[in-house]
Amino acid sequence: MTDWIDIGTLAGLPLRGSRTLTLGGQPVAVFRTHDDQVFALIDRCPHKGGPLSAGIVHGHAVACPLHNLRISLATGAALGEEAGCTPVVPVRVEGERILLASPVRAAA
Amino acid sequence: MEFLEARAILTDDSAAETAPAVGTRQHLVVIGNGMAGCRAVEELLARDGARFRVTIFGAEPHVNYNRIMLSPVLAGEKTFQEIVINDSGWYAQHGIELVAGDPVLAIDRAARTVTARSGRVTRYDKLLIATGSDPFIIPVPGHDLPGVISFRDMADVDAMLAAACDGGDAVVIGGGLLGLEAAHGLTLRGMKVTVLHLMPTLMERQLDEAAGWLLKSALEARGQTILTGADTAAILGDGKVEGVQLKDGRVIPAKLVVMAVGIRPSVKLAREAGLAVGRGIQVDDHMVTSDANVLAVGECVEHDGQCYGLVAPLWDMCRSLADGLVARTNPYRGSVTSTKLKVAGLDVFSAGDFSGGEGCEDIVLRDAARGIYKRVVLKDDRVIGTVLFGDTSDGGWHFDLIKKGEDVAPIRDVLIYGQAFASGGGLADPKAAVAALSDDAEICGCNGVSKGQVVATIQGGACSLDAVRAGCKASASCGSCTGIVESLLALTLGEDGVQAGPRTMCKCTTYGHDKVRRAIVERGMKAIPEVMQTLHWSTPDGCSSCRPALNYYLLCALPGEYVDDQQSRFVNERLHANIQKDGTYSVVPRMWGGVTTPTELRAIADVVEKYNAPMVKVTGGQRLDIFGIHKEDLPAVWADLNAAGMVSGHAYAKALRTVKTCVGSEWCRFGTQDSTGLGIRLERGFWGSWMPHKFKMAVSGCPRNCAEATIKDFGVICVDSGYELHVGGNGGIHVRATDLLTKVATEEEAMHIAAAFVQLYREEARYLERTAPWIERVGLAYVTARVVEDEAGRDALAARFWHSQSFSQDDPWADRVAGADAGLHQPLLVAAE
Repeated sequence: MTDWIDIGTLAGLPLRGSRTLTLGGQPVAVFRTHDDQVFALIDRCPHKGGPLSAGIVHGHAVACPLHNLRISLATGAALGEEAGCTPVVPVRVEGERILLASPVRAAA
Repeated sequence: MEFLEARAILTDDSAAETAPAVGTRQHLVVIGNGMAGCRAVEELLARDGARFRVTIFGAEPHVNYNRIMLSPVLAGEKTFQEIVINDSGWYAQHGIELVAGDPVLAIDRAARTVTARSGRVTRYDKLLIATGSDPFIIPVPGHDLPGVISFRDMADVDAMLAAACDGGDAVVIGGGLLGLEAAHGLTLRGMKVTVLHLMPTLMERQLDEAAGWLLKSALEARGQTILTGADTAAILGDGKVEGVQLKDGRVIPAKLVVMAVGIRPSVKLAREAGLAVGRGIQVDDHMVTSDANVLAVGECVEHDGQCYGLVAPLWDMCRSLADGLVARTNPYRGSVTSTKLKVAGLDVFSAGDFSGGEGCEDIVLRDAARGIYKRVVLKDDRVIGTVLFGDTSDGGWHFDLIKKGEDVAPIRDVLIYGQAFASGGGLADPKAAVAALSDDAEICGCNGVSKGQVVATIQGGACSLDAVRAGCKASASCGSCTGIVESLLALTLGEDGVQAGPRTMCKCTTYGHDKVRRAIVERGMKAIPEVMQTLHWSTPDGCSSCRPALNYYLLCALPGEYVDDQQSRFVNERLHANIQKDGTYSVVPRMWGGVTTPTELRAIADVVEKYNAPMVKVTGGQRLDIFGIHKEDLPAVWADLNAAGMVSGHAYAKALRTVKTCVGSEWCRFGTQDSTGLGIRLERGFWGSWMPHKFKMAVSGCPRNCAEATIKDFGVICVDSGYELHVGGNGGIHVRATDLLTKVATEEEAMHIAAAFVQLYREEARYLERTAPWIERVGLAYVTARVVEDEAGRDALAARFWHSQSFSQDDPWADRVAGADAGLHQPLLVAAE
């Protein structure tokens, strides 16, 4: 069983933007895309560890602020020629609330 | 738009009308100012410019324009000006008299005269009829109601644009090439469009069933309603169009009905003049009619029992006509036609005979995921037909194979994978494919230009795409052959020899920076989504390349009006600090002209200790940079710095960074002017203005140049007699010393020139283009002309700059300290374990 943690409302996330939190000691970036979908990734670019939460969100991707690698929000994988993948954190939206899977319990 | 006043051009030299032509120059009168008529004249001029005196009569009040480009005009992708083939200068240059807006109504072959609507009678030695074709209007009840139009000329486009202004329903009757282009344009203009097509599949004359179906589904996905097997019974309405009724009883509402069911050769004049007319005006192999002094060309003619409705045969006809007139042999033998078009961004190509039948074999390749369909029809090991959907890059090659009738047995197995593969390249190298084309392979279908002609134009000195377009017109019309022309440039000149034209902004658009920007200004666009919609962005919300650029262009165009889009800014400009490799930020408070005070230094020292900043460093721009600040702490750091009177240093922004100064005449024994004072004055005036890229200034108090002003975007070198103003310097990867822009006597003049220069850079440089490459691109002479020589222009530039500054000098740090955008800094709250 996955434990879902309430991390706030959709309105609390900027459109085409993101916010961060720490979960199980890991930095997590929660993104809201142009079509109001919500994604969550570990906030660390697979390339040089840049904070993805600070990147420009476009489509269902984010461009890392350090070297402009484009990361798929759905899979965490680098897009285009680049290699690498950042872990996806399961997230779902229930009504207005955003729920994040607790990584500790999910792994158990 | 270029309207020519018919009356103003009625300047008949009456002597020339009554007496025979002076000297040996014969008078050629052309009826029809369209693509065929003008092309025939062009071909003739190219062979013998002195043989004829030319008069062209046109029914429309325009110069010669590219009729096949009316679709992009309707779709808003081009303006009328952009589809003009020959402007009024061309007519003047060749001494051609254009009588526009005054159609010819009668031909008197015995007297060798034509009579125009205005009553003007003109004598000819040779007459060329190029009247084109008339749209066919199906004679159903209601076909003459206001609101029922065809799609044939500029007036039709204007009527459609007027109708589309306030949206509503439109019906296009006819799912052929013209009908679908009309439907696409009207859809883009915001109308709800239904296409009625009598046959079971769209474009059945150019596409087979499979491709027709793919086209239909793709168009439906773009919001059009397509009804096939739809037979129109009547057009309904009381005084104006209200709907269309089908034979099965269905009624489709419409306030606009476009009839695009076909065209008929326009033969009325010729028939009334007693010329031999079948379906079209009958001509021989040199386009001569049954009267030796009367020729005809284009869609109005019938040659060898064939009429043509496409542009490529027309070019062939014009060549044979011109050769015949200057007594060379090059008889017209008919044309094999191909169709290459783009509807709603979909590439479609067909050529030859693809109806199948006895002895024919098909080779088919489908790639459903990419929406690609390719079919080649073979007979006796020769390609006789082809249909391509989604990827038409091999269209030219297939067309070439059809025309040559080459035996393709050796490459049969790999034929469908394309030319590069079939010629043994194995990999899809587009350049190898272009290299393998024969010299007479047609590259540009719109203008009938062969590979040999393109290469000759390049060898004749055309080193860029624009130069090739200007030289031989290849790629100058619809642009679908642009990729091939670029490959030919690279093949002929080598990669390094090609002069690059403006590139597209990013993969989201086919437009370059300059075109996007011009469109924003000309159409008064006000928001990023509006730009993306109007210019057909291929992505829902752009990418990290185009969004910041669009945000800047709008900001620059609409100071005080456009609301900045935070999410279209790079993180540094969103968080007003510089991100570092570990995700922390560095903070640089502004120190005007590099001058500081004990209070400021104490405040900085306190911040460094309070927030445990691991490092504080003096920058190259004479500032102090505090490193290792976490984004959560930024507002508190700024609050402390604000309290000591410091504001954002914009060390993170595409904006004025710093004004570096030396101490100048106040302290230095060599100083000639108060360089520190001027530096502070510049920084106070220019801080906060957003620019295409970062912008650095410096003021040196004497030519020893201690402030390094000659590697800045704007540098001042003080001399005894005043101030030398330098521009376009850069100390980056490619060091570039400044160019001297001008010299002025007073600080006021220096400030004024600086404002005008900065505004010109803001308005005309591309996003992320520093002043150095910008000046290399446009030339110092241009900048000097605008900023120094054109006094009124300079004043206007400076005035626009100061107007913009009146909205931009708010400290962004103070806003954040006051609580703005707190979510950008504070993490989401969660009961973490």
